[in-house]
Amino acid sequence: MKKGIAKIIAENFLRGVTLLIAVVIVTFLLANASPIDPISAYVGSESAISEEQRAAIAEYWGLNEPPAGRLVSWLKALANGDMGRSYYFQQPVTAVIGERFAQSIMLMGVAWVLSGIFGFLLGVISAACRNSPIDKAIKTVCLLLSSSPAFWLGLLLMMVFAVKLGWFPLGLSAPIGKLAGEVTIWERLHHLVLPAVTLSITGVSNIALHTRQKLIDIMESDFMLFAQARGEGKWQAIRRHGFRNILLPAVTLQFAAISELFGGSVLAENVFSYTGIGQAAVLAGTHGDTPLLMGIALFSALFVFCGNMIANLLYPVIDPQIREVAHAK
Amino acid sequence: MPSKIVAVGKPLVNRRTWTLAIIIAAIVILIGVAAAGVFMLPDAYATNFENKNLPPSFSHLFGTDWMGRDMLARTVKGLSTSILIGVLAAGISSVIAVILGTLSAVMGKKVDQAVLWLIDMVQGIPHLILLMLISFMLGKGLQGVMVGIAVSHWPNLARVVRAEVLAVKNAQFVQASRKMGRSRLFIAVRHILPHVVPQYIVGLILLFPHAILHEASITFLGFGLSPEEPAVGVILSESMRYLTSGFWWLTVLPGAALLLIVLLFDAIGDNLRTIIDPYSAQE
Repeated sequence: MKKGIAKIIAENFLRGVTLLIAVVIVTFLLANASPIDPISAYVGSESAISEEQRAAIAEYWGLNEPPAGRLVSWLKALANGDMGRSYYFQQPVTAVIGERFAQSIMLMGVAWVLSGIFGFLLGVISAACRNSPIDKAIKTVCLLLSSSPAFWLGLLLMMVFAVKLGWFPLGLSAPIGKLAGEVTIWERLHHLVLPAVTLSITGVSNIALHTRQKLIDIMESDFMLFAQARGEGKWQAIRRHGFRNILLPAVTLQFAAISELFGGSVLAENVFSYTGIGQAAVLAGTHGDTPLLMGIALFSALFVFCGNMIANLLYPVIDPQIREVAHAK
Repeated sequence: MPSKIVAVGKPLVNRRTWTLAIIIAAIVILIGVAAAGVFMLPDAYATNFENKNLPPSFSHLFGTDWMGRDMLARTVKGLSTSILIGVLAAGISSVIAVILGTLSAVMGKKVDQAVLWLIDMVQGIPHLILLMLISFMLGKGLQGVMVGIAVSHWPNLARVVRAEVLAVKNAQFVQASRKMGRSRLFIAVRHILPHVVPQYIVGLILLFPHAILHEASITFLGFGLSPEEPAVGVILSESMRYLTSGFWWLTVLPGAALLLIVLLFDAIGDNLRTIIDPYSAQE
């Protein structure tokens, strides 16, 4: 049994690795095709340098080599964990990503869990009270939320809860003018609430509608009818027979949403000036910081890849059918 | 009493007509907004410092901003740009999807694997990051956003097309047709195409809202269109600066208008599906 699962996982892993390599190469080609001159971007527009200095930098960086040669040397550096230096932050790219990601993972983690739980619960409630006003209300809200731009919702939340009511701070991930060491966990959480809610809102509708549909399908099945005929109440039947069947698709969907989550966090972080990786990506993009943007793109691909891997590893744990198939192989 | 029974038994409009009416109304509104934006004179949203920061009123339905520009005119102009970019980019994207999806289903296992791998690769990077990367690398501006949206939106539709072609390809009536000596072209045009086209149209229309939302997001982040051009993303990102001043109309109304446009596209797609789908069309 172990062997079958191991084989599936190994296949997935290999596929993922080839994908990552492809992403690396595509990113390089895109950067290569970009009209932005790396030397001008590095020097900045304020200071001028002579042609000789320019040539010396190009020589030093190996810009005169053919693209294939540059790709190889870039890959070598990448393998050593060196992604270059960010012009904008004047720090190594890996350091910027590490620092920023520590902030973002809190935000994304909270939002991910929130949207998973709320989405699932809303979906279950909606399906259990099918065709009632509650169901219709949940459905309408979900459809509205899934069609509205995430950043606009963030702005609305900020307007109501931060500006009008003053319950939450206006932005940033910590109070202004405090050293990183002095910020308490409560202050961090306080700053986290609105961005996390914004980020989770878009995920909620997706998972709620999906769960609702699945549960309705299951409630119409014969075994649910039988369970009710045996005398189980609606909620008991849902708890005993419904949950097990809808949990797998819900978990699958939630892991598949990791890619959306990363994209959404770019918007949420920018609305709330939350100093996370998404904000860094936008700063890099608007200030012509190619190494940082490339680094973040690669990192996001790695992140999505990890999410998919975890999902693949979890399936056999949750679903006995997959275990059996793996066993049969 | 009798009049009541009649009222229940015979609805005023039948459901199919009603669905069609919704679709046509939505299309008319969307074309209207797009056309209004295209033919709008720049005077409509010219700066006028006499009317700074006016709340919504009958002369300025969406209010005015800090330069006295009429927000309704700016919003319509911005939405029109968004609709045009979204429709064009989603159209290009759907062509890529059809070509790759069909190739993947028809050309055998190796091509299939390659296309699936390509799909995984595009989906491996978060949409927004990919959009940023592409529009950044192409030098910000309209074409960067267009190419970015076109390149990043095809995978889902390609999957749909592939599944559809695969299902029809192995269906018995197609097998029979082949055994009877029909040419490949005949089978493709007469048997497979009629099955794929409806799915393709619905998929294409449901791509539009995605494309428009992504266009707005990427402009909001400062990529894409320049700040002088009225785009919904630009308007909303400007309104962020006035959030604390209480000028709520700068944020709420343009965003709501964008939401409305997205909902209209969704309505067209969903209603079209109920009409095209043979299971629900007979209801």
